[in-house]
Amino acid sequence: MAFLELTDLEKTFGANRVVKAFSLAIEKGEFVSLLGPSGCGKTTVLRMVAGFEAPTSGTIRIDGHDVGDQRANQRNIGMMFQAYALFPNMTVADNVAFGLRVKGVSRSERDARVAEMLQLIGLPDLGARFPFQLSGGQQQRVALARALAPRPRVLLLDEPLSALDAKVRVSLRNEIREIQRELGITTIFVTHDQEEAMSISDRIVVMNGGIAEQAGAPFEIYNKPSTRFVAGFVGTLNMLEARVVAPEAGRVTVAGQALDLAQAIPAAEGASVTLALRPEAISLGRAEGREVVLPATIDEVHFLGSVIRIRARVEGSVVALDTFNRPDQPPPPVGSAAEISFAAVDAILLPA
Amino acid sequence: MKRLVAWAAFLLGCLYFLLPLIGMTEFSLKMRRGEYSFDAYVRVFEDPRFWETFGYSLTLAAATIVFGVLLVVPTAYWVRLKLPQARPIIEFITLLPLVIPAIVIVFGYIRLYNTSSFLPLTGSAFGTDILLTMGYATLALPYMYRAVDTGLRTIDVATLTEAAQSLGAGWFTILARIILPNVLVAVLSGAFLTLAIVIGEFTMAALLNRPAFGPYMQLLGANRAYEPPALAVIAFAITWGCMGLIQLVTRFSKHERAKA
Repeated sequence: MAFLELTDLEKTFGANRVVKAFSLAIEKGEFVSLLGPSGCGKTTVLRMVAGFEAPTSGTIRIDGHDVGDQRANQRNIGMMFQAYALFPNMTVADNVAFGLRVKGVSRSERDARVAEMLQLIGLPDLGARFPFQLSGGQQQRVALARALAPRPRVLLLDEPLSALDAKVRVSLRNEIREIQRELGITTIFVTHDQEEAMSISDRIVVMNGGIAEQAGAPFEIYNKPSTRFVAGFVGTLNMLEARVVAPEAGRVTVAGQALDLAQAIPAAEGASVTLALRPEAISLGRAEGREVVLPATIDEVHFLGSVIRIRARVEGSVVALDTFNRPDQPPPPVGSAAEISFAAVDAILLPA
Repeated sequence: MKRLVAWAAFLLGCLYFLLPLIGMTEFSLKMRRGEYSFDAYVRVFEDPRFWETFGYSLTLAAATIVFGVLLVVPTAYWVRLKLPQARPIIEFITLLPLVIPAIVIVFGYIRLYNTSSFLPLTGSAFGTDILLTMGYATLALPYMYRAVDTGLRTIDVATLTEAAQSLGAGWFTILARIILPNVLVAVLSGAFLTLAIVIGEFTMAALLNRPAFGPYMQLLGANRAYEPPALAVIAFAITWGCMGLIQLVTRFSKHERAKA
């Protein structure tokens, strides 16, 4: 049985159903991200686990026990907020010690734990400072230490990196992941940033309109999106219209070119389907192993340094493709004719 | 030119406030004919009733402040956290004491709590003191509520509450350890205003027949010439002393510096 089990969670605010039939089982020590656009219900799910919102129906079980009738302060769940939420009247050490003090842990034990936690987040000398004397990144680290100090059963992270600048965001997310692995604490991370979710999660749950569209490892979510929404929300995607020639054999035509998908197509002959391709699956010009070649016109060229992102027009649709920079090969001029190629196996057949 | 006008307006304002004070102080020093002296002040300080009434009012002010804080801080906190839609109503209620004269309130009290009522508070001195404290708390409510509410606005009440809850804290701990310390300066300024109101209040104390400072000042003013201004100067000194104290406390609470 999973450590944290959410079963058929529903939440309505007035006439508004924010979370619909949401089920999720999380193993002990797993790092799961809830990913989705704002208003998709991900934060509401998190707040229900924390006990700040009561589910309209459904159950939440932690370690086999239903926590539905426990209040937020009885659940022993650590939480990190987007706004840091450090207590402004307390020093860093007092902030970290707060949960232990509430629990009635003795002073000597408390001091030892605080020192250990500050060591863990790499700020051992800042115990006497007040929150306003710290940078955003440091404040959020203290918030992590404070959440972890009372040894919570589950750690909830509510967009904790959104208020930080880009560099700090990347380094802190790696740190969070390292600490989470070290302590083996079961973690739910809420974010709208797909890169963030993919880089640190064991598993991602993509949410939209209150339901879980797909749950799986980042690799799986990115390469095998099961719904059109997931395909569009996670990563950049190029859509190509194709016509079914032989549904059983998986044969379609794109811009007059025939290609064989490695799967049967659940559509009738002559029907129109959408194929999706990641930018890295498309090459400019012919390439080994990429047997489908289509004529294209270069629309835009963005030189990003190591990568060149090109937008090309193919039969009315625009595709984005990435190529690595090579000093001996300048990018093609805008407006020139070119060829693009891809492998049929890389094409993702999107459900209608 | 604009600067000149601004300075002129500022000076005019200063004169408006300072001239009466200077005149009053000067007059209070003139008890001895032909020379300045502190005779009027000595007389005031020698009067045992000054100490009695002042001590009485100070005690009641302290009780009013404690009661006000216990009433207003949890209320304002709860309204901000759970009933934001009720804020206009609560604000209206807290403003009522400004439009209802003290004399109306005190007559209401006397009618409701007289010796033949279900709760005969006016029957004993202690009961009347309680009644007077409640009356003072009502008078101070608009100032106390506003001060605390403004203080709460400077912190993220909802998130701090949730953070504390997730760490296992109950309501009492949250209020006592997180909310109150963070609005302490606001509470202190509310407390100071309460003190000023209670020390100078006349109507309620006089009608409930309690030996407060207000009725004493009135009595002195009606019967003496030099002592009342001396008393007024003393009252001002106390008020300013309190203001200085608040500044000092603010300076000492480290985390408040961030907001300044």
